[in-house]
Amino acid sequence: MNRQRLIILGAALGALFGAAAIAAADMQITGAGSSFDNPFFQRAFYEYSRSVSGVQVNYQSIGSGGGIQQFTAKTVDFGASDVPLQPAEMKAAQASGGDVVQFPVTLGGVAVAYNVPNVNTGVKLSPDVLAGIMLGDITNWNDAQIARLNPGVPFPNLPIVVVHRADGSGTTYIFTDYLTKVSAQWKTKVGNAKVVNWPAASSVGAKGNEGVAGQIRNTPGAIGYVELAYVLQNQISYAQLRNASGQFVAPTLQTVRNAAAKKPNVNPKDFSIVNMPGAGSYPICGYSWVMLWKNQPDQSKGKSLVGLFRWLVTDGQTFAVRVNYVSLPSNVQAQAAKALASIRT
Amino acid sequence: MSQDGVEVAGIPRVLSPSRLRPPANPIGDRIVLGAFSAAAWLVLLLVVALFISLTIAAWPAIKTIGLAAFRSTVWDPTSGKFGLLAFIYGTVVTSAIALLLAGPIGIGAALLLAEVAPRRLALPVAMLIELLAAVPSVVFGIWGLFVLAPVMRNIVEPALAHALGFLPLFQGYFYGVGMLTAGILLAIMILPTVSAISRDIFEAVPRDQREAMLALGATKWEMLTRAVIPYARSGIIGALVLALGRAIGEAMAVTMVIGNKPAISLSLFAPAYTLASVLANEFTEATGQQYLSVLIGIGSMLFVISMIVNVLARVLVRGASGPSRKRA
Repeated sequence: MNRQRLIILGAALGALFGAAAIAAADMQITGAGSSFDNPFFQRAFYEYSRSVSGVQVNYQSIGSGGGIQQFTAKTVDFGASDVPLQPAEMKAAQASGGDVVQFPVTLGGVAVAYNVPNVNTGVKLSPDVLAGIMLGDITNWNDAQIARLNPGVPFPNLPIVVVHRADGSGTTYIFTDYLTKVSAQWKTKVGNAKVVNWPAASSVGAKGNEGVAGQIRNTPGAIGYVELAYVLQNQISYAQLRNASGQFVAPTLQTVRNAAAKKPNVNPKDFSIVNMPGAGSYPICGYSWVMLWKNQPDQSKGKSLVGLFRWLVTDGQTFAVRVNYVSLPSNVQAQAAKALASIRT
Repeated sequence: MSQDGVEVAGIPRVLSPSRLRPPANPIGDRIVLGAFSAAAWLVLLLVVALFISLTIAAWPAIKTIGLAAFRSTVWDPTSGKFGLLAFIYGTVVTSAIALLLAGPIGIGAALLLAEVAPRRLALPVAMLIELLAAVPSVVFGIWGLFVLAPVMRNIVEPALAHALGFLPLFQGYFYGVGMLTAGILLAIMILPTVSAISRDIFEAVPRDQREAMLALGATKWEMLTRAVIPYARSGIIGALVLALGRAIGEAMAVTMVIGNKPAISLSLFAPAYTLASVLANEFTEATGQQYLSVLIGIGSMLFVISMIVNVLARVLVRGASGPSRKRA
């Protein structure tokens, strides 16, 4: 009886250690950064380890700033950020681990959402009017400048409340990048960053996309900006914007991809893709970036990393579309693959 | 002092049994004593280490900005302007609203539960109130944003403006989110702290105090207001200070309902910002040494404030429940 138990126990232990040994043979990759990338990464990395290779990826969605720090401190194998490394950050990273290779992994659009009773989705806004609203110069929905763009739409006499992200976010970066490009006044008065000093007198900050959307839904007269995936999945009205070619365009996966395709040679030094020309280009969008060391310290891990991201920027893009993210245009996929080829393992 | 032995009026204090009995196992005792005091010192050391590392990380900001941060309301990290006055104002106003609301309600509930309600009713109600303390603050925040804020916007704020609109406190646009909403949410969150501690303190008021009062022919109301409450006063203040500490430090729930606008406004309907919520919002995406160092500076400020508040509260609470027995 006792011996029998021992044998069973031994077999169980053996199986356990055997399983542990197999698991240890799998490559473990860790990354940290952008929370914007997280839904796409979780889905894509899961599919990758399930059906392509046994590589296990542990991605911590702690925010781009945190991702850059963890990457620079070499506590993670890759970092992800909504904005490529700035010169000072690049210098710190180079001092820590040599050259850095950065490439785009996903594409996001920013929609302008609003809540005006009895006004449907698709209100038309020009860059001047949008900047005027955000600057606090246009303060009521019955303003003549809004009415002129939307003949026949019954705008009420209702004060405008600007809703913006309170937490530092890549979405804010892309939105203020756009306003900086289209409005000289915005450029001098506010600028382009993940957190800015919102000038409109009647403005409210909310946390996260869901916070901004919730606040807009609660407040008649509110206008704000959220990620494209968010308006596609939720019942919320959003505007058509007049793009650089003079067309009013609604944000969709296709119109954002159209805009991105206009700039095939996007790179970490010249990464802005707001206000792109082209009849079908939506004007507010931007890339999210991944950073890797050019000289990989661990050869086999380096090979796994390059393999993972080569898949992610090409075949893996189908999983971006499934979570309502925009897949990279094919010319940008080629650009990202070229950057990956420069990594020495 | 009171832990040394039970003291009964008129009978000299007896030494506790552990003092009289010789230690059964001196070596074992010593090992356990060593382990326990090491644990105690470790905790203290951690607190000190935390404070030192926060101060070092905040030093660049303290050195370059210093006290000027307390004179400016402009918070604009993009152009390197870091004024904290608006955050301090928001923190003070929301905590004050929370305390003004939760104080009387919490103490009232504690009085009812400790003195008036029958035990069969008091125990479950007390448990329910204390259950509030176990709800994670992000849940309060989501509830605040999706349930409380619309009610504030559509019902409470218009009603207040109608009744008290002559005061600048209740004028202006109804956003639903703002200082008043944040204050009310905080009041709900600190209510269990106030009521649970006050209840313990009321129960610590010696029986003979009440009996003496009743023997003099006092009504129950007179007994409560003249014997119980004066006796428990410093303890109640301690409970309020402890609750204040929680209100000052709360980040997540407040962030979701305060409107996050670094501006000073007289109207309680207006969006504002607090020290803890700017930290919660901006820390993850903050880059650049100056910016990070200012945020860590805010963190160390909150650390010091909560430390002072907690020590003060403990002293007051102990003052109420400790020496009271000695005086009996």
